[in-house]
Amino acid sequence: MKAMRLRNNLIIAVCLAVLYFGIAYAMKQRMLSSFHQVNLYLMGINIIMAVSLNLIVGFTGQLALGHAGFMAIGAYVSAVMTLKLGQPFLLAVLVGSLATGVVGVLIGLPPLRLRGDYLAIATLGFGEIIRGLLININYVGGAAGMNGIPKLTTWTWLFIFTVATVLLIKNFINSSHGRACIAIRENEIAADAMGINTTFYKVLAFSIGAFFAGLAGALYAHYFFLIQPQTFTILKSFDALVMVVFGGLGSLTGSIIAAVAITVVNAALQSLGALRMVIYALLLVVVMVFRPQGLMGTKEFTLRTLLRQKGGSGLHDYRKQVD
Amino acid sequence: MLSIKDINVYYGNIHALKNVSLEVERGEIVTLIGGNGAGKTTTLRTISGLLRSKTGDILFEEESIAQIPAPAIVKKGISQVPEGRRIFANLSVLENLEMGAYLRKDRQEIQASLENVFRRFPRLKERIRQRAGTLSGGEQQMLAMGRALMSKPKLLLLDEPSMGLAPILVQEIFAIIKEINQAGTTILLVEQNAHMALSIAHRAYVLETGRVVLSGYAEELVKSDEVRKAYLGG
Ligand SMILES: Nc1ncnc2c1ncn2[C@@H]1O[C@H](COP(=O)(O)OP(=O)(O)O)[C@@H](O)[C@H]1O
Ligand SMILES: [Mg+2]
Repeated sequence: MKAMRLRNNLIIAVCLAVLYFGIAYAMKQRMLSSFHQVNLYLMGINIIMAVSLNLIVGFTGQLALGHAGFMAIGAYVSAVMTLKLGQPFLLAVLVGSLATGVVGVLIGLPPLRLRGDYLAIATLGFGEIIRGLLININYVGGAAGMNGIPKLTTWTWLFIFTVATVLLIKNFINSSHGRACIAIRENEIAADAMGINTTFYKVLAFSIGAFFAGLAGALYAHYFFLIQPQTFTILKSFDALVMVVFGGLGSLTGSIIAAVAITVVNAALQSLGALRMVIYALLLVVVMVFRPQGLMGTKEFTLRTLLRQKGGSGLHDYRKQVD
Repeated sequence: MLSIKDINVYYGNIHALKNVSLEVERGEIVTLIGGNGAGKTTTLRTISGLLRSKTGDILFEEESIAQIPAPAIVKKGISQVPEGRRIFANLSVLENLEMGAYLRKDRQEIQASLENVFRRFPRLKERIRQRAGTLSGGEQQMLAMGRALMSKPKLLLLDEPSMGLAPILVQEIFAIIKEINQAGTTILLVEQNAHMALSIAHRAYVLETGRVVLSGYAEELVKSDEVRKAYLGG
């Protein structure tokens, strides 16, 4: 079992290394057009957005509709750090993400103490309020936004942050904290009865999700060097939600696949203008009709299933003894 | 073991429990019977720390638990089986049971508890990998009880375990409740099915619109006119 897991992890590490160096090489040789590069970066950013939103919606079962608002906070705070205050990139990214996480606690705590759809309403409002605020703050450029943000999101940083996000969220989900979140999704009253502090875990998952959305925003700001309030509309929140639903609520690999696929589809349909939204919507309807649980359901795409390896799930030592 | 003294619980301005007091001694099965909306669930949720009383106190093993957080109350040995089969539908039977031991760290003893649950509910063992949502109603109730036992409670709070089950299954569930009690777990049993509850309980309290209106030994209450008329169909 252990040896097999080690081997699978090695295979994944090798694949990631090939992906990283392959693209780094292609960029160096100017084999990627700028259109391809933009979409490559968007893929990374969308993966972070989808995976972090899945933690909130898919794993903890709390419908949040303001992920773009969090992205905006990360983008603006980090841009202020580098552009206005001359701070280094990594510090800016960290501060941007942390600030977003803190806002996540403040926004999440009141509605998450209650049960029901309060969070959906609160986050929907929050996303719009953030935009309204940004438009009215002259320090960050008002409606025109911030321009000339240093282009510091390199391929290396994007890759590292994307992989780190996925790994951190995966580890969280596989920990006892993650099991608490899943229990809440499955049945909050029963989770209460198990002695799980449901409010704490809902807020924790929500603010971790916000933190990583802030990270996505910071990476976005320092790649596209221009951010405007209208970059972070409700449509962007829905984009992230669509990726989560499309990939499967409660499947990280599903979110990754969906983020990549939807970025590609979006890019391919770009030339179609308004028709793009129609095709996009149709595609979603088709998926929801034929696969309502999303691409992956709650399952994960693993090397084990790919290679059809036998063996227990290895979740707990005593599982094997029971069998 | 458990002593509730004069609690008053509100939902906004709905006064759900009015000066309720009750006692559960170690080793007993005490039942709290009453019709729909009498305040039975509210009582259990207040004991578990999920609702708070405005007055009075709740003592568990001579210690006040009225102000401590719900997880700490589970840790002290009070476990609740919520009403209406609150299982984790998309998790397997085993994962549901593991969740019951959420606050425990002692791996070896968790394993022992698991075997204990399987001994008591052999049907769960046969369905160990089955998705809990696909179990029958009776099996789901067994799973909810087994899951509560996984926290190794000293006091088990059961909220209407007979709800929506066929009579034959109700008998089976109640026989198991009795066994659990005989194995050393004290039980506070909330029921609308007064007949069944009184048949296994040592003592009983009758709750009506948030007030305790009657209490006494189960075998005496069964004979009392008030209980017969109101809860046992004449
Ligand atoms: N969440 C709630 N909000 C408002 N009122 C409630 C709530 N839960 C229960 N009640 C009210 O409190 C009273 C007692 O309810 P409950 O304890 O659930 O009764 P029982 O379990 O005996 O059927 C009822 O009048 C019910 O309507
Ligand atoms: Mg009830």
